[in-house]
Amino acid sequence: MADSDTTLAVHNSELRHHFDDSEQQFESSVLGMWVFLVTEVLFFGGMFGAYTVYRNLYPDAFASTSHFMNVTIGAVNTAVLIFSSFTMVLAVRAAQLGQKKALVIFLILTLILGCVFLGFKYMEYHEKWVDHHVPGPGFQYEDSRYAHNAQILFFLYFAMTGMHAVHMIVGAGLLIVLIVMASRNRFSSAWYTPVEMIGLYWHFVDVVWIFLFPLLYLIGHTK
Amino acid sequence: MSTILPFAKTETQPNYLNADYGWKSWLFTTDHKRIALLYLFSITAFFFVGGMFAVGMRLNLLTPQGLFDHDTYNKLFTMHGIIMVFFFLVPSIPATLGNFLVPIMIGARDLAFPRINLLSWYLYIIGGVVALTAVVQGGVDTGWTFYAPFSSSYSNTHVLITAIGVFISGFSSILTGLNFIVTVHKMRAPGMTWNRLPLFVWGHYATSLIQVLGTPVVAITLVLLALERLFHAGIFDPTVGGDPVLFQHLFWFYSHPAVYIMILPGMAVMSEIVTCFSRKGVFGYSFIAISSIAIAVLGFLVWGHHLFVAGQSMYASIAFSFLSFVVAIPSAIKVFNWTATMYRGSISYETPMLYAFGFIGLFTIGGLTGLFLATMAIDVHVTDTYFVIAHFHYVMVGGMVMAYLGGLHFWFPKISGRMYPEAWAKFAALVVFVGFNLTFFPQFILGYQGMPRRYAHYPPEFQVLNVMSTAGASILAVGYLIPMIYLAWAWRNGPKAPQNPWHAKGLEWEQSPTPPPTFNFDHQPVVTEGPYNYSGEQEEETTLGG
Repeated sequence: MADSDTTLAVHNSELRHHFDDSEQQFESSVLGMWVFLVTEVLFFGGMFGAYTVYRNLYPDAFASTSHFMNVTIGAVNTAVLIFSSFTMVLAVRAAQLGQKKALVIFLILTLILGCVFLGFKYMEYHEKWVDHHVPGPGFQYEDSRYAHNAQILFFLYFAMTGMHAVHMIVGAGLLIVLIVMASRNRFSSAWYTPVEMIGLYWHFVDVVWIFLFPLLYLIGHTK
Repeated sequence: MSTILPFAKTETQPNYLNADYGWKSWLFTTDHKRIALLYLFSITAFFFVGGMFAVGMRLNLLTPQGLFDHDTYNKLFTMHGIIMVFFFLVPSIPATLGNFLVPIMIGARDLAFPRINLLSWYLYIIGGVVALTAVVQGGVDTGWTFYAPFSSSYSNTHVLITAIGVFISGFSSILTGLNFIVTVHKMRAPGMTWNRLPLFVWGHYATSLIQVLGTPVVAITLVLLALERLFHAGIFDPTVGGDPVLFQHLFWFYSHPAVYIMILPGMAVMSEIVTCFSRKGVFGYSFIAISSIAIAVLGFLVWGHHLFVAGQSMYASIAFSFLSFVVAIPSAIKVFNWTATMYRGSISYETPMLYAFGFIGLFTIGGLTGLFLATMAIDVHVTDTYFVIAHFHYVMVGGMVMAYLGGLHFWFPKISGRMYPEAWAKFAALVVFVGFNLTFFPQFILGYQGMPRRYAHYPPEFQVLNVMSTAGASILAVGYLIPMIYLAWAWRNGPKAPQNPWHAKGLEWEQSPTPPPTFNFDHQPVVTEGPYNYSGEQEEETTLGG
């Protein structure tokens, strides 16, 4: 063990004092990130739980709302996010191989795709605003049978996609930090932990959207 | 370094306390021991703020007509609950003793993420300050449970800002749990297998699981509550089809497991104290270890027993009632195993052990009355009465605070390098025990007779018991003040502690200097035997003596 200590320490100036070796440090970071993602699953889980309860109570009202969702934008955004996960994977791979230039390029691509997603999301929110589909005193709904209960779905729509968008914005901020670090040559094949961590986070945020899209946009189109 | 040498002369060797003295060395420290002390002082401050609200409540309840009007009284019990639960009980043992001891007990130099550890303290302080802002602005009156739709639509007090404070401090709790989980998995010293982990660490591991799995749910629940309060969209408002009971489900999905966040670390402390002062290996090590995990898991499946009278389906209630009985089993296993550990042990009666005796008795009463409440028919009778108050104070104060004080005395020599005055400490332990029982036992009777909780005024026939309760609370307050005074005094003036004053087992006593150096050990510790090998020591002593 002592041998691996010294050999790894030569390559990795980021080894902190309380770890024995780089491997232990890396494994700790990865485990910590996964535990954090578990907390995120439960964070969104509360809203998915509320969604499940209300969809069981008001199935017809919920189904009716999906005719007022912009399925096209939703579908395009789904594709954008899945593709951004792909570029993120390529960025992690570039970091592992120590390819600095490729790393920066793929990180920037991921960032751009994230911003495209947020741009489309803004357009959608604006549309909801214009249509008076924002929950609150100004809420109006075309189908008077479901006016009250549809509002609950729109509340969940804004809460869930809003929380998702907040996570996207945080992710975009983290990507900018990574890009700066990468262009300053901070990463090497011996130490690329932040790229790996933020990669995991980015994929998690994408997976949340994979669940949000059908549950919010497509439920009424199944009949 | 040279400038601080004159001060360092009084200390025999370098340790985490004399490593540096400036305020920056405390506020920007990443040393888990210093962060534990930051938590210790801030938690004590919140304990006093929360205690002041309790003083107000008990004064009000001296007479049937009361001192305060209903609105003021509502704010008093709400702020008492919020501060005690979220800013004292949840972080109490894990963030102080756990923070200090978990890395040392497993032979690590620090927690896995020292900077995140510091961040969690700052989040705790920010959350606390935000919540206190609400107090200063006029308080909040929803009860610590924030039940909708009162909290979301009707209360005209500062619900939003209080919820934000609790939300922020929740992340402090999550980060502490995350840090402990990773530390226990990845930072153990050579030879420290899972079967050799001290039960203190097992208890904190189980606590961390709950913190990580439960707290995010209450966080999102508070977000939904805040959005509802801002936009009145109706998610918890029955007038537009929303379901207020859903709020209760989401809230208790965290808040019932949260009571195990509050008691599991207390149990963790107990396992250490009882074995040490019985001079005997712990009885049923693996049963105690696994029962902590069992409590963490089962604790997530019982939240519905808070909703027996909330219009929940009877069949759901039956299932939750059954599961609530099941979760009592691992708790009982612990109590039986501590008792069996003491059986034929060489028991000595130092202060930590006195608190341990207090814990076992009071926790047993608190736990058994919990079974009353898990029984649906009895629960209907005593719902929202003082019986419930007495029950959870027996667990939270009689259990958790006793264990906290016991642990604080047990590890005080380790933390400060000084001994506390034993006679004063024993006296204070006795005062706390007497004061506690006089405060809360009458409340069982009051509750059974039907006095409801959360009312400022009450019928005159309840006065005798209420006066007893208030008298007890005054004694209890004195009992809490005495340790504050002599521990603060002993911190500077107590006699120097030897490395292992209790002749206890465990890396923190046997292999780490007292007080520990910044990196905890002078040499990499190596573990070669199981925990609590007190019997081996006893054999040695008898052969030496005989």
